[in-house]
Amino acid sequence: MSKGANPWVFLPLVAFVALAVLLASGLGRNPEELPSALAGKPVPEFSRPSLLNDRTLTEDLLTGRWQLLNVWGTWCPTCYIEHPYLLELARSGIPIIGLDYKDEDAKARDYLAEYGNPFREVIVDADGQLGLDLGVYGAPETFLINPRGEIVLRHVGEMNQRVWDDKFAPVLQQAGEAPGVTP
Amino acid sequence: MIRLALLLLALAAVPSWAAIDIYQFDSDAQQDRFHRLTEELRCPKCQNQSIADSDAEISQDMRERVARMIREGHSDEEIVTFFVDRYGDFVSYRPPFNPRTAILWVGPLTLLLLGGVGIVLLVRRASREAEEDDQ
Amino acid sequence: MAAELGHLSLWVAIAAALVLAVFPLIGVYRRVESWQRYARPLAWLQWLALTVAMLCLGYSFYINDFTVTYVANHSNSFLPLGYRLSAIWGGHEGSLLLWGWMLGGWTALVGLFSRKVPLPMVVRVLSVMGMIAVGFHAFMLFTSNPFDRSLPWFPIDGADLNPLLQDPGLIIHPPMLYMGYVGFSVAFAFAVAGLLAGNLDPAWARWARPWTTVAWSFLTVGIALGSWWAYYELGWGGWWFWDPVENASLLPWLAGTALIHSLAVSEKRNLFRAWTVLLAIVTFSMSLLGTFLVRSGVLTSVHAFANDPSRGAFILGFLVVVAGGALTLFALRAGRLKGKGGFKPVSREAFLLGNNLLLLTATFAVLMGTLYPLLGEALDIKVSIRAAYFNSFFVPLTLLLMAILVPGMLSNWKRQDGSPLLRRMLMLAPAALIGGFLGARLPGDTPWVGTLALILALFLVFAHIDDLVRRALAYDRGFLGGLGKLGRGYYGMVLAHCGVAVLVAGVTVVSFHEVERDVRMAPGDVAEVGAYRFEFDTLSEYAGPNFDSRMGHFLVSRDGQAVAEMNPEKRTYRASGQVMTEAAINAGLMRDLYVALGEPLGGDAWAVRIYHKPMIRWIWLGALIMALGGALALTDARYRKKMTRSKADANGEVVYE
Repeated sequence: MSKGANPWVFLPLVAFVALAVLLASGLGRNPEELPSALAGKPVPEFSRPSLLNDRTLTEDLLTGRWQLLNVWGTWCPTCYIEHPYLLELARSGIPIIGLDYKDEDAKARDYLAEYGNPFREVIVDADGQLGLDLGVYGAPETFLINPRGEIVLRHVGEMNQRVWDDKFAPVLQQAGEAPGVTP
Repeated sequence: MIRLALLLLALAAVPSWAAIDIYQFDSDAQQDRFHRLTEELRCPKCQNQSIADSDAEISQDMRERVARMIREGHSDEEIVTFFVDRYGDFVSYRPPFNPRTAILWVGPLTLLLLGGVGIVLLVRRASREAEEDDQ
Repeated sequence: MAAELGHLSLWVAIAAALVLAVFPLIGVYRRVESWQRYARPLAWLQWLALTVAMLCLGYSFYINDFTVTYVANHSNSFLPLGYRLSAIWGGHEGSLLLWGWMLGGWTALVGLFSRKVPLPMVVRVLSVMGMIAVGFHAFMLFTSNPFDRSLPWFPIDGADLNPLLQDPGLIIHPPMLYMGYVGFSVAFAFAVAGLLAGNLDPAWARWARPWTTVAWSFLTVGIALGSWWAYYELGWGGWWFWDPVENASLLPWLAGTALIHSLAVSEKRNLFRAWTVLLAIVTFSMSLLGTFLVRSGVLTSVHAFANDPSRGAFILGFLVVVAGGALTLFALRAGRLKGKGGFKPVSREAFLLGNNLLLLTATFAVLMGTLYPLLGEALDIKVSIRAAYFNSFFVPLTLLLMAILVPGMLSNWKRQDGSPLLRRMLMLAPAALIGGFLGARLPGDTPWVGTLALILALFLVFAHIDDLVRRALAYDRGFLGGLGKLGRGYYGMVLAHCGVAVLVAGVTVVSFHEVERDVRMAPGDVAEVGAYRFEFDTLSEYAGPNFDSRMGHFLVSRDGQAVAEMNPEKRTYRASGQVMTEAAINAGLMRDLYVALGEPLGGDAWAVRIYHKPMIRWIWLGALIMALGGALALTDARYRKKMTRSKADANGEVVYE
C-alpha cells in the first residue's frame, strides 16, 4: 500500500478528457471548405479572351472598383441555382465579372442568352489554368476584389442572400462602401 | 500455406482507379520527381487524396501544371510553393513548421524525453531494490 | 419475419448483456456464489441471441428481402451469393452487428477457457464485457438498426454492394480487424476487473496474456490484409497511405504491441502491473477511438464508413464512459497494484521499458498526426498530414526499436552482465554489417537510412538464430533434442521478431527501389523498366457478362528469357457506362510487376503504366509471420497446464503451483 497517492495516476484521465473535448469539437463541422490562400494578394496576371466580344482581358479588368469575380460553368448544377441571385446582385449595381471555367464557348453563350447575363464581362478559362492561379478547386466560387485588384475573400459554393449578408456585406460596409455604389 | 502460395503467385487482373496520363519528360529522373511531387500534393476538393490518386478535374489540372513546371526547370521547392501560395498549406502533405504546427513535432518528442527521464528514475529505484533483494 | 426475429434477438442480447453486467457482479460483492455462477450461461445466451440475429440478417440478404433498408442499400439481386452474405458487414449497421457478435463470442469464450481463474475474477471480467456489450447493442438498437424496414414502400431491387467491396480480400479484412479490436476488450476487461478487485493476483498477467496475444495476431493479419488489398485493388501501387482510417487501425496495434511486451514482464516478474493495466485500458480505448473516427465524419477520408455527427456523438459518449470510467478507476486504485521486485539497468526489464516508450511515442505521433486537422480547426489553420510527417517519426523509432530488440532479447531477467552481452552482439555485428551493405547495394544506390535498416534487420535475425542454437545446445541433449525442449512461447517470440525483420526489409527495399513509368505505347512498342522488357504485343476485345473489355497483351522478358504474359484490361460496364481499369499483376517473392492501361491516345497508342516493385510481398509476408509467431506463442504449454494457484514469493517472482 502506498501512503500518499501518486499524482501521476491522474494524468491519463486528464489527457483523455482533453482528447474527448477535441473530438467533440470536431463533430458536425464541415471539414471541406478552404479559405483563400490569396487573401490580401493581388489577382494574378492573365491575358484571356472575352466570351462576349473580341477583347483581350487582363488583370486590369479587376481593378478600379469593388467587384465580384464569379467562377462558373454550364456543367455546374449549383451555378444554375445561384444564377438568379447573381442577376439580382447585378441589378442592384454590384459589378460582377464572370470566369467561364473549363467550359465551351458556344454552350456558355447560349446559357447566358437563355438565363440572363449578370456579368459585365466574362473571362474564358477553358483549360482551367487561370483557375489554378486563383486557387480555384471547383465551381461555383465567388471572389470579392477591391479597387486595388486585391482578393479580399473567397466563397466556395452557392451565392445567395444569406452568404452575402454574412460574408460579403460586412466587408463592404467596413470599407465604407454601401453595396451598390460604383465610383 | 496455401494462402501464402496464392499470395505469392497470383496472376491477377485487378481493377484500379488511378488516372494514367502521359507527360513527356526528358529523363526518368524527371518522371520520378513527377510521381513524388504528385503524391505530396493534395487534391483540394477530394476526401483526403493526393493529386496522384485522384481523378478529379482539379487534380488533373494540377498534375498538368506540375508536369509543365518540371519541364520548365523549376525545383521541387518552387513547385510546392506555387501551389501553397494559391491553395494554402492545406494542399501540401508536408505540414509547415511554424509556432502553430510546432506541437506536431514537439508533442511526441516531449513524450519521448519525459518518458526517458521517467525510465531513468524508475530504473534507478528498481536497481536499488534489486540490491536490497540480494542482501 | 426474419428481420423481426433478428430484431427481437438483439433485444434478447442486450437484456442478457445487461443482466450479465449487473447480477453476477452483485453476487461477487455480496459473496453469493450461486449468483456468480450465472455469469457464464448469460454470456452464452447473449452470444446465442447475437448468432440468431446474424443468421437472420444473412437470411434477409440470401432471399433478397429489399424491404429491409440495410439489405436494399447494400445488395442487389444480381450480386453473387458470396458477396450477398458478406454484405452483412458491408455497411455501418451490419458491421456493428458483426462487432457485437464477435464481442459476444469473445465473452462466451472467456467464460469457457477460464476454469483455472477464481470465479469472482471471472465474473468481474465477464461483467465488464457485458457492460461494453450493452453500449454497443444500445448503439445498434437506438441509432443504427440493421433490421429497419422501409415499408410500406420498398425498392424493386437493391442499390448493390459498393463494387470496391465485391472482392475476396475485402470480405475477410473487416472480420480480421474486428477480431483484433474486439479481442482487446478482453485485456481491458481483465484490467478493469483487477482494478475493481482492488488487487491483482500474481497470475493475472498469465490469464490475460493469451487473450491479448491472439487479439493482436488477428489485428496484425487484418491490417496486413487491408494493405495488400489496397495495393492490388486501388491500383496506385501504394500499400500504406497514412489515411486516418488506416491510422485508426494502427493505433490499437502499436499500443497492443506495447501491451503484450509489458504483459511479459508482469507475467514473469510481477512488475509493471499498474502500467500494464493502464496499457490495456489505452489499447482498447484506441479500438473504440478508431470506431469513432471511422463513423462520425470528424475526419476526411476516402474510407469513412459513415458521416453522421449524431452517431458520432453516441460513440463519443460511449468512449467517454468506457475510457473515462476505466481511467478514473485506475487513478483511484492504481496505488494498490504495486509489485515487489527490482532489476538492474542492464536487464530485460529495462530494455522492455525502452520498447514500451518507443512504441508509445509512435502511438502518440500517429494520434497527433491523425487528429491534428481537428486541432487545426480550432486554431484556424488547415494543414494536411500524411507520409512526410508520420515517416519522420516512424522511421527513426522503428530503427531504435530494432536496435534495442537484440540486447533486450539477449538479456536475462533482473540482471544481465554487460560484457557477455556486448561480446555476443559484437560477434554478430560483422555478418550483419556486411550483409546489410551488400543487401543495400544490390538493387542500386540506397540512402544510408535504408542500409541501416537492412543491417539492423539482419542483426535481428542472426541474433535470434544464435540465441536459438545456444539455448537448444544448453540442454545437453544434442541440438535436435534441445530444440524439442524449447517452449512454444520462445519459438513464437523468435518467429514474430523475425517477421518484423522481414517486414522492415521489404519496406526498405520497395520504398527506395520501386520504379514507376508512364509510357505511350502502341502494339509493337517496347518499354524497358528496370531489368525487364515489356513488349506490347496485341490489343484484343471481348465481351464479358456485364461489360465490354479491351485487353492489352504484354510479353515480359528479362535478359532474353520470357518471364510472363500480362493482360491488363479496360472495361466498360454496360449498365452504368462506368469504365474500370483492370491492372495485371505478376507477383513474385522478390518482385511484383504491374501493368495498367490508361487512356487511348489516338492512333492505336495507349497510355501505359508499368511498375517494378522489388520485395513488396515481404511486407505482407513479414506481417503474416508476426501473426503466426503470436499464434504459436499462445499455445505454449504453460497456458494449458492445470494451474490452480499462484503466489508471489518473497522476491516478488511469481510461483505457479
